[in-house]
Amino acid sequence: MKTFYWMVKREFWENRGGFLWAPVVTGVVFLVLNVMAIVAAEVMRARNGIEIGGNNFRVLIEKASSGDLAQVGAALDMTMLSSMALITFVLAFVVFFYCLGSLYDDRRDRSVLFWKSLPLSNTGTVLSKVFSAVILAPAIAVVVGIAVGLVQLVIFSLVLSFHGINMWELLTLAHPVRAVISLLSSVPVYALWAAPAVGWLMLCSAWARSKPFLWAVAAPVVAGLMVTWFGIMGVFNLPTQWFWSNIVGRALLSVFPGSHFAMDKHAFRGISEGLGEAHNPLALISPTQTYAVLASPNLWIGVAAGAALIAAAIWFRRTGDDS
Amino acid sequence: MNAIVSASGLRKRYKNTTALDNVDFRIESGRIVGLIGPNGAGKTTALKAILGLTDFEGKLDVLGFDPRTQRDRLMEQVCFIADVAVLPRWIRVHEAIDFVANVHPRFDRAKCEGFLARTKLTPNQRVKQMSKGMIVQLHLALVMAIDARLLVLDEPTLGLDILYRKQFYQSLLEDYFDENKTIIVTTHQVEEIEHILTDLMFIRDGKIVLDADMDTVGERFAEVMVGADKAATARSMKPLDERQVFGKSIFLFDGADRATLEAMGEVRRPSVSDLFVATMKGTYA
Repeated sequence: MKTFYWMVKREFWENRGGFLWAPVVTGVVFLVLNVMAIVAAEVMRARNGIEIGGNNFRVLIEKASSGDLAQVGAALDMTMLSSMALITFVLAFVVFFYCLGSLYDDRRDRSVLFWKSLPLSNTGTVLSKVFSAVILAPAIAVVVGIAVGLVQLVIFSLVLSFHGINMWELLTLAHPVRAVISLLSSVPVYALWAAPAVGWLMLCSAWARSKPFLWAVAAPVVAGLMVTWFGIMGVFNLPTQWFWSNIVGRALLSVFPGSHFAMDKHAFRGISEGLGEAHNPLALISPTQTYAVLASPNLWIGVAAGAALIAAAIWFRRTGDDS
Repeated sequence: MNAIVSASGLRKRYKNTTALDNVDFRIESGRIVGLIGPNGAGKTTALKAILGLTDFEGKLDVLGFDPRTQRDRLMEQVCFIADVAVLPRWIRVHEAIDFVANVHPRFDRAKCEGFLARTKLTPNQRVKQMSKGMIVQLHLALVMAIDARLLVLDEPTLGLDILYRKQFYQSLLEDYFDENKTIIVTTHQVEEIEHILTDLMFIRDGKIVLDADMDTVGERFAEVMVGADKAATARSMKPLDERQVFGKSIFLFDGADRATLEAMGEVRRPSVSDLFVATMKGTYA
């Protein structure tokens, strides 16, 4: 256990740039852009003497019905989550390229010989990298996303409070705790959903003698083109589209958090009811929503495929002999 | 004596070459063995087999373990420096020490820090900022702080300047080696390790062509410097090798009678490199 902890720590040291600094920089850039936009808006307002919000807004809030207040809360939640969306997108690229390099880079620079000179099992090594990809990196991204979201929320509330709106009253309309719980609870689901892509990318990383990216992308895409061209899926009475979304898509794009909304029909079940509640974006990522995908066979078949691919990656890691 | 490594019928084939061809050898505890051979002779393959980094046929026992299946446990007792500069480029000195200290049960942190105190390395330095010689200093400090029974060195000083090379072997001898440890080393710079070896193994085309301790080597092989008048006699005794120096001929004999040789001229113990060149004649032809 201690060894595993240190192996994950090693992954963090090596990939601090991708795991920590990429989301932090993304978040900070996002905040800076927002502050600039606010300043620009304030300057415009001051020049043109237009009173946005202000007393009107306060009156609006005082007169608002509970439904309208929920709308304001939803808007605040949206602000809080918007940075997360951007960070999530960055995270997907980080995880994708981390997996591709995880078992290849050290073979290329021969430092694999150093790691293999230590009493570490190949299974432990590969699993520590899987853990870093599907738990550590997303968890860091979520924590950074939450921090940025909260700062964002406070900035907006502060700006509005300069216009005579009670900041605390406003903040009570938002649901930061619910957002935090929803985001954190989505990490394990992401881990399961990303399994086939992580497995496939790490298998290519362990197996390829050079250019793992080319193999990882070209192999499924060429297979997809062949399937399309020869209409092979017809044999199984399935549309060609099935192969693209269930094989190619799952092998490459599952590392994108939230991609199960696009790829799995179970994931969308219940969204309409969820959104019914004042169209709050939080409903989309609520635990009941994210965990609904656990009912999908697509997810579990993917997990099984991912496990098999990771086992193959371990085998290649052990027998790989090109140093 | 207990064998640290014993191999019998060791075979390894790559696609169209035989890297190891039915090799048998034993390495005893407390020895420093030089495994020497031309490029492509199978040295690295033999070391990789011992370290469990490659598959092979035949029987191989390293410290009582089968390196193919019990690698994780074997590596607690075995260390290796494979080639120079294989430390990951991103790692910092203190990270390397922290990591090894926490995953290696036989690592002595204080010892490692003691070794590093003698160098110019600083804890926050990254491997990518170091020269090749400094990387080897770090690697050696890490390895020497591990109480391993077998140390495998594969071309450990390749590309280092002479100061680092001398220091490398000197530290190994002074601070590391004792009767409980065994070192296997391959290198092309034979002259540098000649005086520290206790055993010599020559490998050629996947076969061990010489396996002897240094005392035996000294008894078996002799070099005689002979004047032109006696050269024909010497030649008739089937020398391994002949070369000319200052109008005299130097002959290298394997197992020739000492008294006869001394009658012909000045007898010396041949250097390992001369012995090597004579043994490997025609390798690349």
